[in-house]
Amino acid sequence: MTTEMKASVLKNLDAVRAMIRRHKRNDILFAAIGLIALMLGLLTLLTLFVDLVMDGYPRFNLKFFSDFPSRRAGEAGLLSAWVGSALVMLVTFLTAVPVGVAAGLYLEEYAPKNWFSDLIEINVSNLAGVPSIIYGLLALGLFVYGFGFGQSILTAGLTLGLLILPIVIVSTREAIRGIPVAIREAAYAVGATKWQVVSDHVVKYSQGGILTGVIIGMSRAIGETAPIITIGALTFIAFLPPSPVSDIAPYLNFEWLHSSFTVLPIQMFNWLSRPDHAFHINAAAAGAIIIVLTLLMNGTAIYLRYKIRKNIKW
Amino acid sequence: MMNASTAIKAEARNLDFFYSNGMRALKGINMPLHENKITALIGPSGCGKSTFLRCFNRMHDLYPGNKYQGQIVMHPDNTNILEHGVDPIEVRMRISMVFQKPNPFPKTIYENVAYGLRVRDEKNKRTIDDKVEEALKGAALWNEVKDRLQDLAFNLSGGQQQRLCIARALATDPEIMLFDEPTSALDPIATANIEELMSELKEKLTILVVTHNMQQAARVSDYTAYMYLGELMEYGDTNQIFTRPTRKETEDYITGKFG
Repeated sequence: MTTEMKASVLKNLDAVRAMIRRHKRNDILFAAIGLIALMLGLLTLLTLFVDLVMDGYPRFNLKFFSDFPSRRAGEAGLLSAWVGSALVMLVTFLTAVPVGVAAGLYLEEYAPKNWFSDLIEINVSNLAGVPSIIYGLLALGLFVYGFGFGQSILTAGLTLGLLILPIVIVSTREAIRGIPVAIREAAYAVGATKWQVVSDHVVKYSQGGILTGVIIGMSRAIGETAPIITIGALTFIAFLPPSPVSDIAPYLNFEWLHSSFTVLPIQMFNWLSRPDHAFHINAAAAGAIIIVLTLLMNGTAIYLRYKIRKNIKW
Repeated sequence: MMNASTAIKAEARNLDFFYSNGMRALKGINMPLHENKITALIGPSGCGKSTFLRCFNRMHDLYPGNKYQGQIVMHPDNTNILEHGVDPIEVRMRISMVFQKPNPFPKTIYENVAYGLRVRDEKNKRTIDDKVEEALKGAALWNEVKDRLQDLAFNLSGGQQQRLCIARALATDPEIMLFDEPTSALDPIATANIEELMSELKEKLTILVVTHNMQQAARVSDYTAYMYLGELMEYGDTNQIFTRPTRKETEDYITGKFG
């Protein structure tokens, strides 16, 4: 190789290196923009949470959970609110899960694929985005007046169940779609019917995804305020609904379903709307507790999904 | 090794197949499956050999819009398994299948093999135990897994998983077993195991195998069919096909000039 050619190779190499450096500047630039975007969201949320905790921390004690609301801010507690939330969530869970999972299974496994099922699919996805107050109005007309369930735990549970139904349906369908065709064909090939394939395989292998969807839906429902206000839960409640379990046969009773109630976000809203600053401390404490609850539920969803997926490798 | 005297287990008669998009994937296929023999389907990718194989257990019925024309008649009962009145599940109860990629269920080794029996409402634990053992022995896997039947099937190697799938297909005493390129995802040693196994299995049942591997077809099969563009170009005794093919196309494919 002549020295002249060598020089041109080196010069070319320099040009290539300069170009790579130039291109890499874009990498750094985007990483920086991405990080800022991420922090914008996270820091805002964190600030909000820290602020709530700092405002509300004088009320973080057991008494706060075991006291009924009171006219005196210092003695007011969350008892009726968290019991109400728990019971409403129970109704929501018991209605949304079976209905949502069955609907998702049907749509994915049994329904013929045509324009009508496409239409249903689009509408289910749309329902997930309908403002929750609309569900409140629907519930007011249908459950409270139409069916005569009144302003009860049953009404609230059904309303929130309806609200999260699309989330459960969509996540069920996505979980089912994740099952490889090869596994289905393997089951059909030994002579299984559709129902045997669904019950022995599809449901079992999609449990993780379905559960995640259910919990994410539930953690949305627990923070919902608008539809609950619409059906008339904004009340000062200083009693508990009748207990669902008792020590005399038949050990279960359903009177609590018809009891009036309040829930955590409503209690928080109630305190926040009072002029006395002392109540605002209660509201902050309640807000922090709702956020922690949501975090716990989402954390559980992630953990359960990890645990169930561990044994499934495609 | 001419075996003109063996009985015919099943035969395709003027079989056409149309995918839901209207594509005619099989064109007027006539071909017998000899009992207790291995028949190999060879041909370039997209020639319809897997499509043909999957007609035998009505796998195409799982997807709407697919259409069969013609017959596949099973003997000795002379049932046309493609007829509308014949339930595909009944067909799959008689004809089992092993797939290209090992596809065990995410269940235990035991449950994988037992699944076909459970589908058939077998409840007796002793019967299931015996059948599982018999099938695993038949699939030459028993010695490797007998101490860990409750392990997850995914913990087995690829070759072992494929033999597990064979055991699963075997546990239900099928009359015909379909193999869709059963060794294409396996290493040479696992491939040799599976081939040996197929030769043993034909004592008990009839085998139809799709393969991309010409040597494999020559090694294991008794009869070979060469397919091209949805048509059966040539069918005959494996020795004859590989030594004295009657058609130029077959010869070109076998010798690697084409395909």
